[in-house]
Amino acid sequence: MDFAGSDSARRAPSAIKSAKIVIAGGFGVGKTTLVGSVSEITPLTTEAVMTTAGVGIDDPSKVPGKGTTTVAMDFGRITIANDLILYLFGTPGQTRFWFMWDELIRGALGAAVLVDTRRVTDSFAPIDFFESRKLPYLVAVNCFDGAPRYAAEEVREALAIAPEIPLVLCDARQRESAKSVLITLVEHAIATLRLELTRTGR
Amino acid sequence: MESAGEDPRGALVRPYAVTRGRTEPTRDIAIEAVLLTTHRGQQEARFAGRDKQAIAALCDGRAQSLAEIAAYTRLPLGVSRVLVADMVADGLLALHGAAQAEDDDRMQILERVLSGLRRL
Repeated sequence: MDFAGSDSARRAPSAIKSAKIVIAGGFGVGKTTLVGSVSEITPLTTEAVMTTAGVGIDDPSKVPGKGTTTVAMDFGRITIANDLILYLFGTPGQTRFWFMWDELIRGALGAAVLVDTRRVTDSFAPIDFFESRKLPYLVAVNCFDGAPRYAAEEVREALAIAPEIPLVLCDARQRESAKSVLITLVEHAIATLRLELTRTGR
Repeated sequence: MESAGEDPRGALVRPYAVTRGRTEPTRDIAIEAVLLTTHRGQQEARFAGRDKQAIAALCDGRAQSLAEIAAYTRLPLGVSRVLVADMVADGLLALHGAAQAEDDDRMQILERVLSGLRRL
């Protein structure tokens, strides 16, 4: 490889690609913990102001701030190669309005929905969202200490997810466990894409 | 001239003062798109104002995403996006692409990510 005219002490690849994976789930389910377990940087937080006009659930005139809300999301980074960087974005947990935020999932490789079995209903909304956007996703049950343990099949039934959607048990605090969630997700995304390519004859 | 002090949204939009009131970035930049300071940026960003200078320093020799720029500069994402788009237009930053769902090399990216994760 040559980098004509560039400073050899600081050779950067001519084209760098970045990709992202979305980590969703209810407030306090361990999204940032999972991101932090595998990220090469301490998870960072960024804030975005988003429009909530037309949300439809509430009367927008009753929403403080009149149609805008600030969402904070945590994210981490994994440098796969010097020309490929993976970002892990945790969805904002403090507001349901992130579902309006198509930008967050645009181009994403896939999403992991973290589930706390004590609050299974928190994961209905993200699951519906990813289903409707046709984004490959999996369900990862975060096994908190003391949380009721259910068989994977019981959780699958409670969430009413299709048999082809992977469901894994994990401990978001453990690096190997968090890694394995991401690996299973990317394998699923590859299988989904392969199926799609076969179907469209490409 | 419009009066900036009359906006009823008050503090919510105040940060946009740094973008001189513009909220529409001149380019659509994904939150995970990465940026690198160009040779020109290394030379000239110090004349572009405090925020842009900080961004140029941040992306000098190490690719940083729009999200990282926003986090490290403590500016809201939308404000960072406007500043970064300006800097790309002025040749101070080089914009590197974010993977898109319709990319022809989608499978290759997925496979590279997979093997990268396995190596971690």
